[in-house]
Amino acid sequence: MQQFVNTTLTGIGQGAIYAAFALALVLIWRSTRVVNFAQGAMAMFTTYLALAVIERGAPYWVALLVALAGGLVLGAGVERLVVRRVAGNEMAAVIVTLGLFVAFQAVASILFGATFKSFPAPVGLQGFTIGSTTVAFTPFTVFILVSVGVVLAGLVALFRFTNVGLRMRATAFSPEVSRLLGVPVGRMLTLGWALAALVGSLAGLLIAGGSLVYPAYMDTVIVYGFVAAVLGGLDSPGGAVVGGLAIGLGLSYVTGYLGSELVPLAALAALVAVLLVRPQGLFARAAARRV
Amino acid sequence: MAAPANSPTRSDAAETVEDATGPGRFGRLRRWLPKSVLGRHALLALVGLVVLVLVLEATPPFANSQFATMSYYAIAAAGLTVLTGLNGQISLGHGALMAVGAYTTGLLLTPDGLPLVVVMVIAAVVTALVGVVVGAAASRLHGPYLAGATLAFAIAVPGLAIYFHDFLGGEQGMQITAPRPPAWFSDAVYFLSANETSGVKFLAYVGWVTALLVLLLLANLCSSRVGRVWRAVRDDEVAAELAGIKLGRVRVLAFTVSAACAGLAGAVLGVVVRLAAPSGFTIVLSIGLLTAVVVGGLGSLTGALLGSALLVFLPPAITDVGTSIGLDDVQAAQLAPLVYGAVLVLVMLLAPSGAVGIAKRLVPGFGRGRGLRGRSSRDHHSTRRS
Repeated sequence: MQQFVNTTLTGIGQGAIYAAFALALVLIWRSTRVVNFAQGAMAMFTTYLALAVIERGAPYWVALLVALAGGLVLGAGVERLVVRRVAGNEMAAVIVTLGLFVAFQAVASILFGATFKSFPAPVGLQGFTIGSTTVAFTPFTVFILVSVGVVLAGLVALFRFTNVGLRMRATAFSPEVSRLLGVPVGRMLTLGWALAALVGSLAGLLIAGGSLVYPAYMDTVIVYGFVAAVLGGLDSPGGAVVGGLAIGLGLSYVTGYLGSELVPLAALAALVAVLLVRPQGLFARAAARRV
Repeated sequence: MAAPANSPTRSDAAETVEDATGPGRFGRLRRWLPKSVLGRHALLALVGLVVLVLVLEATPPFANSQFATMSYYAIAAAGLTVLTGLNGQISLGHGALMAVGAYTTGLLLTPDGLPLVVVMVIAAVVTALVGVVVGAAASRLHGPYLAGATLAFAIAVPGLAIYFHDFLGGEQGMQITAPRPPAWFSDAVYFLSANETSGVKFLAYVGWVTALLVLLLLANLCSSRVGRVWRAVRDDEVAAELAGIKLGRVRVLAFTVSAACAGLAGAVLGVVVRLAAPSGFTIVLSIGLLTAVVVGGLGSLTGALLGSALLVFLPPAITDVGTSIGLDDVQAAQLAPLVYGAVLVLVMLLAPSGAVGIAKRLVPGFGRGRGLRGRSSRDHHSTRRS
């Protein structure tokens, strides 16, 4: 029973991170119809930026801001310089983002070294004690849930209540009509990528917190995030969050009861099952769509 | 995606003009070539064999080992270029399929057990069976979904090797006994060039003879009915289906053939490297193969050969440049993947038809336009429906 509770609590924390990462993928997919396979590598890069800032003696919060700002700039740059030129060609888009993925990883190894480095957490990693037992629910888990919640609320507010958010939604819905109505479509796409990269950077920082970073540490996360996004329908931000939590919980149970080596296999099985049984995802509204 | 110079009308026009002006340089050459496609391909393979013997006998052992490495990249890249370029399915799982081939080889190859050829065939068959399963799941997917699913496959397979560590060697991997060159082979080499046979040279021969066979078979397959059907499915699904083609079956077949190639490549990799370990089959291997086929030119076997040469001979050169500008060894070793990634992006942005596409544009008689032409109609369909 205690193991079940602990696995569940760990799963919720992990799931919140996957949800953030899946959300980043969904934001980009909605606006540009590209799955950004470089998302993980970009997040890894900004996490290393944060680590470099921390090693210079700056507090965690400054590093957090640096990483998020780095994500914004990186996302905007990638969209403006690379992705825009392959718009509409799905094979080229996939290949280009994979190229960026490899390139970012190599640049990080060259600049920051290819060794394992420990990344600090802003708050304690010791689990709370209930009665006499310590559960796997730490202040850092609280930090994860709160920061992901804040980002989610911020995005919802942006898309629901602001002019910019309305323009971005219009761009995703119909670029031609939006352009005719005076929406600067290109700028909205760049902004969308920048915001997505910011959310991705946050996910990267949260995964790294209190653990080790190395240039390939996001490789599996990109797969889990993708599975979560597909589970939610790849088109639905709400679905991405639910999918992220579901994948986090499911994978945590696999780790706890079967072995951590089988986690990627479980993710593959989940992905194949979703794509074969309900390819539109659990939450997508679109009736007919090619997968 | 197709470059304007590759469009059917342009290249057809170029050929007509050439025919009209009488036998030019290419025309005179063509008259000496066999009429049948099979004959032409067989002749090319034979020429390849002669070149192979000359190159391997004239180069030192280190170069021999580089050629052995290139052979398995060439086999895998040839399989991938047929799948991606001709059938339009992208796969990031080919590194993992190579792992299946390598582990099968490691399990079956014992000093006095089955002969190497049999083991390699079994490795190809086992991987092809895995390919049927993956291909069946993949046949309903396209574009980013397919890429994501095969990426998940690539990440999942090495975990299996660690989970079954008693059987598959875990993190350290599985030692593979390299086969010894048979006596008749050493005699033949000594007879040809008076060189002693090294183990490396034998493996380079094994790899390249396999590669030539694979290229011959794939070249024939691509110019046959099967290849035409694959291209039809790639270019316009609806039209292909109306013509009576079963899309699912065709896709699964393409994936299976491609997987068999990857399995053979894995078998060659196993005996050349003498080790099958999870760290050898990371996602970087799969993306490396993708780089090879994209840079060479999607859908072109010549391109796959060029690309695999790039994978083998470029990294040492780049690493040397890195050390000479003052990077330490670890940093210099990372320059190669950086160049891969940058090249992958730049090729897609600037020359999506790859090296072979550029060559075709410069030399009108070079190859036939079987690459990525006619993609625009398919793109149109997919944007309209998504």
